[in-house]
Amino acid sequence: MVAVAERPDLVFLTGDLGFMALEPLRDALGARFINAGVAEQNMIGVAAGLARDGWRPWAYSIAPFVYARPYEQLRNDVAMHSLPVTMVGNGGGYGYGVMGATHHALEDYGAVLALGGIRVLVPAFDTDVSQAVASILGQSRPAYLRLGLDEAPKGFERPPFAPWRRLVEGDAATILVCGPLAGGLFAALGDLPRERRPNLWLVSELPLDGMPEAFLADVGRTPHLMAVEEHVVTGGVGERLARELLLRGVAPRRFTHRCALGYPSGRYGSQAFHRRESGLDAASILAALG
Amino acid sequence: MPNRLTRDDLTRARLRLLQMHFEAGVGHIGGNLSAIDLLMAIHHELMQEGDAFVLSKGHSAGALYVTLWTLGRLEDDDLTTFHRNDTLLAAHPPPAGLADVLFATGSLGHGLPLSCGLALSRRLRGEAGRVWCLMSDGEWNEGSNWEALIFARQQGLANLTVIVDLNGLQGFGTTAEVADLRPLATKLRDFGWDVEEVDGHDVAAVVAAARRGSAAPRAILASTTKGRGVSFMEGKVEWHYLPLTPELYEQAVREVRIAADIPSATAG
Repeated sequence: MVAVAERPDLVFLTGDLGFMALEPLRDALGARFINAGVAEQNMIGVAAGLARDGWRPWAYSIAPFVYARPYEQLRNDVAMHSLPVTMVGNGGGYGYGVMGATHHALEDYGAVLALGGIRVLVPAFDTDVSQAVASILGQSRPAYLRLGLDEAPKGFERPPFAPWRRLVEGDAATILVCGPLAGGLFAALGDLPRERRPNLWLVSELPLDGMPEAFLADVGRTPHLMAVEEHVVTGGVGERLARELLLRGVAPRRFTHRCALGYPSGRYGSQAFHRRESGLDAASILAALG
Repeated sequence: MPNRLTRDDLTRARLRLLQMHFEAGVGHIGGNLSAIDLLMAIHHELMQEGDAFVLSKGHSAGALYVTLWTLGRLEDDDLTTFHRNDTLLAAHPPPAGLADVLFATGSLGHGLPLSCGLALSRRLRGEAGRVWCLMSDGEWNEGSNWEALIFARQQGLANLTVIVDLNGLQGFGTTAEVADLRPLATKLRDFGWDVEEVDGHDVAAVVAAARRGSAAPRAILASTTKGRGVSFMEGKVEWHYLPLTPELYEQAVREVRIAADIPSATAG
C-alpha cells in the first residue's frame, strides 16, 4: 500500500487497527489516512461516499469487522452501486487463532460473493499482496482482500500472483486450495514421488472465473479431486467448484471437500489447532488423499 | 429568506405528490407530505453548484421525485410510472438510472455515513461544496447514525448539513412511544454538532437556519406534521401506509387548494 500511496485518489480508512503496522502508510498518505474509529458501519458508508465522488477508498480491519459487522453497508452502499471500495480483512479463516471465535472469518468470502459484483482476492504468499493490490487498483470495482500469513517453506520460489496457479504436478490426485494453506501443503507434498504426489492448484481470486484447461485436464486424468479451504462449506470454493464442473459436464471420479467445520470440540487454540480440528492440516489432507 | 420558492410552488408540489400517490394507489404518503417542503427548500433554495444531496429517509422518495419534477429533472411521463412495473421510480430511490439520486436508500441509517463520505471528499480536495442530508426522526433509532455523528465531528466536517424531518411518528407508534430521544437537539449538541430548531413547514425559517455558517457539522431539526396539509392524515400513523380512496383524494386536494386560496374544487 505504501508503494501505491502516491496515487492521488487513494484513501485508506482503518477501524482503529494497525498499531505497529500501519504507521508507514499513515505517514505516506497524510490526510488521506483516516482512523474512522471503532465504527465499521460508518466506515464502509464513508468509503462508499468517497468512492461515489471518484476516490479509491480502502477500508481495513480484522476480517469479521470489515464484512460481517457492516454487511448491509457492503450490500446497499457498495455492491448495489458497484463502487470501487476495497475491504481489507486481516486474518482470514482461523487467522486470529486463540483470540477466539468472534475474531475468526469462516464465512467471509461466501458472504461477500453472495452480494454479487465484488471481487475476492486471497493472497497465499507475501509476494502476492502487492500484486493483488495492483490488480484491485487496475479495475474500478468493489473488492474484498482476505489477508493471512505466508506459510510457504524457506527457499520456495513464489510464483507471480495469478487467479489460478499450479504449484505441484503429480499423478495421485488434484487438489484445489484457496489461500495461505497452499504454502504448508506445498511443503508437505512437494517431495513425494510423482505417483503419490497430487497436483496442487492454488486459486487466489473468486468467484472461480477462468478455470484453466490445464486444471480441467488434471481433473480428468487423476482419480480424486479435493477442494481445500479455510472457510465453511456454504458459499465456498468447494461448492463453486462442484457447480462449475457440473455445468461443464465434468464429473471427477471422486470428489471430496475439506473446509472449516467451526469448533467441533468447543475448545479454542492457535490457527494450527483449529485447522487440525477441521482436518485442514497437511497431515490430515495427505492421509485423506488415500 | 427564500429567493425563488413561492407558496404556489409548494402547493403545486403538494398537489402533484397527492396525485402521483393516488394514481399509483400506494401509501407512504404521510412521510412524503411532511418532507416535501424541506425537499423543495433544499433543492430550490439551498443547493448550489458542487453541492450534493442524500435522501436518507428513502421512504420519502415520492417527494424527491416530485421535487425533481418541479426542477424539470423529471417529466410527467416519469411520474406516471411511479410504483408501477418497469419503472425507475420505485418506492425507494434506485441505485442507478437517475442522475440526481446518488444512493439507493430505504434501509435507514445509511444516508448520514454516506454524506460524511461525500463531505470528506470535498474537504480532501479543498472544494467548497456542501453536502445536504435529509433524515427522518425515527431513523435516529439506528446506531450507524451515532457512529457518523462522532465521525463527522472528529473529522471537522463543517461542510455537512443534516436536516431532520421531525414529524414525531414512526413505523408503529410515535417516536416518544417507541424510542424517546427527546430532546434530540441536546443529544446532537453533546456530540459536538451545531444544532438549530425550526418549524419545518416555514420554508423561510428553514432556509435562513440552513444558510447560517458554522465551524462544526450542522443539524437543522425541522418540526413537521406527518400528512401536512390534509386534515384526516395529519399526525396519523396509519398514513405511513394507507393508499387514498377517490373520495379521500378529492377531499385532500380540496383542502390543499383551500389552504392555498386556489378557488377550484376539482382534483387534477
